Amino acid sequence: MDFFHVLVVLLESTIRVSVPLVFAALAGLFTERAGVFDIGLEGKMLGAAFAAGAVAAVTQSVWMGLLAAILISILLSLVHGYASITQRGNQIVSGVAINFIVAGSTVILGEAWFRQGGRTPALAEGARFQTINLPGADTIRDVPVLGPIYADLLSGHFLLTYLAFAMVPASWWILYRTRFGLRLRAVGENPGAVDTAGISVIWLRYRAVICCGILCGFAGAYLSLAMTAGFVKGMTAGKGYIALAALIFAKWRPKNVMFACLLFGFLDALAIRLQGTPLPLIGQVPVQLMQALPYILTVILLAGFIGKAIPPKAGGVPYVKER
Amino acid sequence: MSTPYAKLPGWVEYGLIPLINLAVAFLVAGLVVLLVGENPFEAAYHLINGAFGRGEYIGFTLYYATTFIFTGLAVAVAFHAGLFNIGGEGQAYVGGIGVALACLWLDQVMPWYVVFPLAILGSAFFGALWAFLPGWLQARRGSHIVITTIMFNFIASSLMVYLLTRVLKPLGSMAPQTRTFAEGGQLPKLDWLLSIFGLNVGTAPFNISFLLALAAAFGVWVLIWRTRLGYEMRTMGHSPSAARYAGIRESRITVIAMMISGGLAGMMALNPIMGEQFRMQLDFVQGAGFVGIAVALMGRSHPGGIIPAAILFGVLYQGGAEIAFEMPSISRDMIVIIQGLVILFAGALENMFRPAITRAFAMRGQRTAAVVQTKGA
Repeated sequence: MDFFHVLVVLLESTIRVSVPLVFAALAGLFTERAGVFDIGLEGKMLGAAFAAGAVAAVTQSVWMGLLAAILISILLSLVHGYASITQRGNQIVSGVAINFIVAGSTVILGEAWFRQGGRTPALAEGARFQTINLPGADTIRDVPVLGPIYADLLSGHFLLTYLAFAMVPASWWILYRTRFGLRLRAVGENPGAVDTAGISVIWLRYRAVICCGILCGFAGAYLSLAMTAGFVKGMTAGKGYIALAALIFAKWRPKNVMFACLLFGFLDALAIRLQGTPLPLIGQVPVQLMQALPYILTVILLAGFIGKAIPPKAGGVPYVKER
Repeated sequence: MSTPYAKLPGWVEYGLIPLINLAVAFLVAGLVVLLVGENPFEAAYHLINGAFGRGEYIGFTLYYATTFIFTGLAVAVAFHAGLFNIGGEGQAYVGGIGVALACLWLDQVMPWYVVFPLAILGSAFFGALWAFLPGWLQARRGSHIVITTIMFNFIASSLMVYLLTRVLKPLGSMAPQTRTFAEGGQLPKLDWLLSIFGLNVGTAPFNISFLLALAAAFGVWVLIWRTRLGYEMRTMGHSPSAARYAGIRESRITVIAMMISGGLAGMMALNPIMGEQFRMQLDFVQGAGFVGIAVALMGRSHPGGIIPAAILFGVLYQGGAEIAFEMPSISRDMIVIIQGLVILFAGALENMFRPAITRAFAMRGQRTAAVVQTKGA
């Protein structure tokens, strides 16, 4: 029973840390399937988290915070889109630039506006998301096995948590069952063919980039409005890159994205849990190894040792109509 | 818009366009300063004064520039072969192991001029090693170099935390760093170089690795433009299919270019470890690997452009500290913004002003042609 209890706690924290990864990886899914590489997920998430924290602190409204997060994230996405779609610049360079601009300006603006060492003021109850108890969670808590699973694992999360996991089938449906999704995937594989069919490659890619902005906005808002009450400088701490790794690990497929994010989230939760406790047979595992594991796994996958990750064919290549 | 860009004179291509891009980047940075409620011109004054106001300040500026020359060259070498090495940060970090091992081994028995060459070899070796794997994976297994080098940055950071907290830390010490090196692990300062100009270097850690950086810049120029290997690298960077057709072995060039790039990034570790702190600390790279991207983009991947670009970033780092001191609402994170803006405008948006400039030159060309014609008639 004790082991079971530990497992439930572990899985519960897995879900909590996976949410921003799921949002960000799905965001990357939309742009990368449309042929625009995006290593600026980290920056967009950080910018969104700052906007959410700052606006929610000023307006005392969680919804205004969420809106601001999405708007800022879309704005940053459009900068990336302008550089990589309209100006046909290097998409990697543009992503790197956005990460730096955001990393610097969130600290500078935060310090100038709030003077709390790069933090935004701690949010009161109305200005952040509250956990939701699913109906009947308290009544069946005492039922063995099922009770804790329902009451502790599935119930008691934030609205955004449920939204994140709902976005997984939703993204699948958009990408694989709508006309927009079909065209979006086509533009990432063979933009020439889409253009020949009389569909604007540019406008389609811009829409994909905007979808990415919206989802990164949710990821950022989750960090500063739900997971913690307020923005802390550098609070994404590489989550954008982990999401990128998860996206590749998932071979650019929505369902796999969710499982990859859960796996990386689980490793994160496990690393915290295992700190200082030796494992049977293996002995004590250095925390650093656990932290590096998502990256090591992605490298091994990319090397083709666990299946093969094939990126969208036109990814990273700006579209030139004709010469 | 879909016509290829016309060829422009060299001074426009390598002088005017980068300068315009840089000016726009600083203009936007000035707007951020305004947004914070400070005077951008005052900030610019503190920046220049903080970077050049005294011999000591110049020493610090050049100390930072040394670091950025190495990382800028690293990114540039990979660029020439058509590879984007984002892993300079991790390669420099791991390169530190080579420096630290050489110093810990010999610093008490040998003078610096024996330890230094070994440390150079060590840093280049470990840096190259850290770049070898991504290069090899790209060449042989087809994994994307950008993603693998990002992953290797994170792996390097975990590895170094492990090494510094468990292996390289002296017994009984709490701080995650090696012991302080004796005489043999400390590089001499270049105070004589500045005193030629009547400047006093003061406490600035401006050291002999600056000369090594200049030598490396020259070496990279020779490599890229005067050797067969460099020619093959440039061919591959311009057109992989042409390179393949010419019988250039792509996978070999990829691995070699990445190892040279990693080696240069690794040598950056000499400057802070043997030149300033005399020990290896946690996070001693401090983002210099990423600054290298901005430096390489601004310097158009040419050593002649990289050195001034590195000095410019040295100015930003040293002068930025002065701004932070004089204007409390602007911290050193301002540099990170400027760095990002430079990468954006000199890199991703490098062609934004090109059509207008091309048009201006085409018009001027027509006018002079017309003048010649009327004179002839």
